[in-house]
Amino acid sequence: MKTPVARALALAFACLPFAVLADTVTVVTSFPKELTAAYKKAYEAKYPNDKLEILNKNTAAGIAYVREQAAGSRPEVFWASAPDAFEVLSGAKLLQKIGPGNPAIPAKVGNYPVNDPEGFYRGQALAGYGLMWNTRYLKANNLPEPKEWADLVKPAYFGHLAISSPSRSGTTHLTVETILQGEGWNTGWEHLLAICANSAAITERSFGVPDGVSNGQFGIGLVIDFFGLAAKNSGMPVEFVYPSQTAIVPANIALIDGAKSSEGGKRFIEFTLSEEGQTLLLDPKISRLPVLPSIYAKAPAGYPNPFGGSIQAKVNFDSTLSESRYYVVVSLFDQMVTFRHKELAAAMKAVIEADKRLAGRKSAQLDEARKLVLTPVVDEKMAADKQLLALFKAKKTDVDASKAKAKVEEEWATKAKANYAKAIELANGAK
Amino acid sequence: MRTSPSIAAVALAIVAFLTAFLVIPVVTVVYTAFSDGQGGFTLAHFAAFAGISLMRESFANSLFVAATTVGLATLIAVPLAYLTVRFQFRGAILIQTLGVLPLVMPAFVGAAAMQLLFGRSGSVNLLLKDAFGVTIPLMEGLNGVIFVETLHYFPFILLNLSASLANIDSSMEEAAQNLGASGWRLFRKVVFPLAMPGYIAGASLVFIKVFDDLGTPLVLNVTNMLAPQAYLRVTSIGMEDPIGYVICVILVAFSVGAMGGSWWFVKRRDYALVSRGGVQAPKRRLTPWQSVLAYGWIAGMLFLVLSPHIGILLMSLSKVWSFTVLPEQFTLAHYATVFTDAKQMIWNTFLYCGLAALIDVAIGTAIAYIVLRTALPGRQLLDHLVTVALAMPGLVLGIGYLRTFKGVDLPFGGGALTASWVIFVLAYSVRRLPYALRSCMAALTQVHPALEEAAQNVGAGRWSTIRRVVVPLMMGGILAGFVTSFITAAAEISETILLTSRESLAPMSYGIYLYFQSVLGRGPGAALGVIAVSLVALGTYLSHRLVAASSPHQSSGGHA
Repeated sequence: MKTPVARALALAFACLPFAVLADTVTVVTSFPKELTAAYKKAYEAKYPNDKLEILNKNTAAGIAYVREQAAGSRPEVFWASAPDAFEVLSGAKLLQKIGPGNPAIPAKVGNYPVNDPEGFYRGQALAGYGLMWNTRYLKANNLPEPKEWADLVKPAYFGHLAISSPSRSGTTHLTVETILQGEGWNTGWEHLLAICANSAAITERSFGVPDGVSNGQFGIGLVIDFFGLAAKNSGMPVEFVYPSQTAIVPANIALIDGAKSSEGGKRFIEFTLSEEGQTLLLDPKISRLPVLPSIYAKAPAGYPNPFGGSIQAKVNFDSTLSESRYYVVVSLFDQMVTFRHKELAAAMKAVIEADKRLAGRKSAQLDEARKLVLTPVVDEKMAADKQLLALFKAKKTDVDASKAKAKVEEEWATKAKANYAKAIELANGAK
Repeated sequence: MRTSPSIAAVALAIVAFLTAFLVIPVVTVVYTAFSDGQGGFTLAHFAAFAGISLMRESFANSLFVAATTVGLATLIAVPLAYLTVRFQFRGAILIQTLGVLPLVMPAFVGAAAMQLLFGRSGSVNLLLKDAFGVTIPLMEGLNGVIFVETLHYFPFILLNLSASLANIDSSMEEAAQNLGASGWRLFRKVVFPLAMPGYIAGASLVFIKVFDDLGTPLVLNVTNMLAPQAYLRVTSIGMEDPIGYVICVILVAFSVGAMGGSWWFVKRRDYALVSRGGVQAPKRRLTPWQSVLAYGWIAGMLFLVLSPHIGILLMSLSKVWSFTVLPEQFTLAHYATVFTDAKQMIWNTFLYCGLAALIDVAIGTAIAYIVLRTALPGRQLLDHLVTVALAMPGLVLGIGYLRTFKGVDLPFGGGALTASWVIFVLAYSVRRLPYALRSCMAALTQVHPALEEAAQNVGAGRWSTIRRVVVPLMMGGILAGFVTSFITAAAEISETILLTSRESLAPMSYGIYLYFQSVLGRGPGAALGVIAVSLVALGTYLSHRLVAASSPHQSSGGHA
């Protein structure tokens, strides 16, 4: 018994997944495997002594992960879409300054700085938010192609949309903030709530939306551009547009403070910003927008170019505002939409049916019902309330704060639920 | 038989292993749920849990899904079991196939394919919509979880119930028939109550498995259930979030409750039949109409049970499958992608599961020997400890590992234990130990002690008897145990998701999950799934062959 076992063990140890290497660069990222696999291959080919380790986590889990590692054993690089995630990390002193990189990369896209002004993180690709739809689905269901966010509030789209939840997906949070900043708190929420009410599902991760649209489970989804473009460029029957109220923001990359091998991390970051690293973004399976303008010359015809004016980005994304109210917006969305989606959709359905029944006749009661569905339970003033914001930012270990926060959330949830129930009652009784 | 110190040392070592990697992690989780952070006892976290409406809803949903799945699985399994055992029926082989097919495909792998077949715009609904203008919301929300889990887990009821039915003495039924009972009444009043132990064992197992499952709800994008909530709390809020631990305690309580309950139920009443070993009931013939019904039912079930397999195969071969009944372009590219990008994952699966299964059969053989062949005081404790492992949800053990071994480093500069491959081997070996132990116990029961005595009479010491007589005679069972441990570990996802800290450490099951996280990863994910399923199917076949091949030993050993 002993010898074969010992031999098997020896063999197992010899082929362990880790061997002694020059540098292991660990990258925490929310990006899909297609993208990370391409970078891993190219990077390891160029630096054969380095090994690239990918830790695939959604943005929120990625932040939690970095936070929980002790200094000295943290991963090297954080790479994700949502700029606020990087603000959170640099606010928690978890990033190391790397300063500006490749000088050929412009300082700004539109009015938005490509790199962190303080030098903690850099833009690695650009991303806009938009609408992706399945052409066959729309045709089969006789739905018009959407152009703007506001199109999606139409009753015709009821049950055909999909959106993710900002608490689970950093990119969805950006979409939500973009809408709130572009249209203002009240109109923004009105549209958001209507879009969510029209949605067939609030998906767990941002990928759930493009996935569902690609395979025809949903008609239209709110997605980050590369999801739509990559699916389209890989032959899926989908289309993608940037609505005019979109913002172009960088997807960022940063060096984590307290990592094992900062040098390796820096090397990888420089690689992603080099001509070579930027060109990888044009791969049809990746389809992201490079930050290095010269790369667009190599792009296929029709490739969107944020430097060439082919995307209108009317919203000047204010990341300070976004970050300051991050937890409030996210929690509000969860309490009103994610966890109450069934009730929200039912309320919307009641309103739509009452509207049909009344055949265009005005009804104050129905307006009241609609208002109940589409008004956020927190107004703009309260959302900017210092005390409330502080409550949501308090440490998890602060027992009183988390109790108070849970109480506020429960109030929102109860109010939202009551509003939806009332709306159904009013709509059903509307004459 | 006297107990030598070396046997006691082995027993102690096993107890130490199980304490470190099973008891302490679980106790840590429970402790955290009740701890106020300063070492005091508190119920505040449970109060907080009860105060969050999402948690209450998740709790209700998990209960609902588990109970409904048990109900539906019963509906499928009972007729099938009754058919095989009580009727002369050529479809029996089909039913046996039905009982094994779902088990070779991890539920979360099948779930992705079921979306494309039965989802909103899945093949079935597209056909229905074309033909009748209606769609069935089979995969919407909780329905999807129930549907997928029912098809995956009904074999547990089928297998246990069939075994139980086969053991009923025909005289009981004849007695009932003599007293005028027949048909449905006979089944309800006599046959089913007598088969109850098997049914309860199967049903409680299904309940636990569904209640604890993490992979299926996550792939189906359902998060308002307990296991996904625990996972989300622990990964995105952090290891310090007490609610995650509260959920773990609830999962453990239900698991232990369901297992203990089924044990109590069987013990409470005397199911032993007076005329044990009597004649089996004669198999009846089916009337033509009954045949039609029976074959119809089996065909329908076979179609449903095969659908995830077909779906995943189609997914792995399709280039574009969108809003059409079947994929329209086929490609082998996904397999090429998997073989270039995921080689490491395939290798990791072999490494982790192989080592874990090795540990399992080693410990299993040792425990079987100690329990059955020695008089070591407290030896039953070993058996009981292993049974605890059976009731522990993978999610709970995973969270327990992350918390207990945080900051623990491997010797020789191997880095943190929780960030190494060793943690997978430990986790898999602990959770799969009960399977290996059952196999080893069964194998050793069939070896007659006289053979060992004979060896010892001719001068062999205890260790050489074990090595040269006992182990070789048990080999069939040991191998079957190895294969069972291996394939069930390869299909494990709950612990795996939690414990995977780096992609290069990930086994195949995580790889499939990871690929499913992107639009263009569906194909490669499915390809990896097909590879995993083939592996598990091959393993299952091998273990059946091994058990069959070792059967001759049984009789010769038993009557020697």
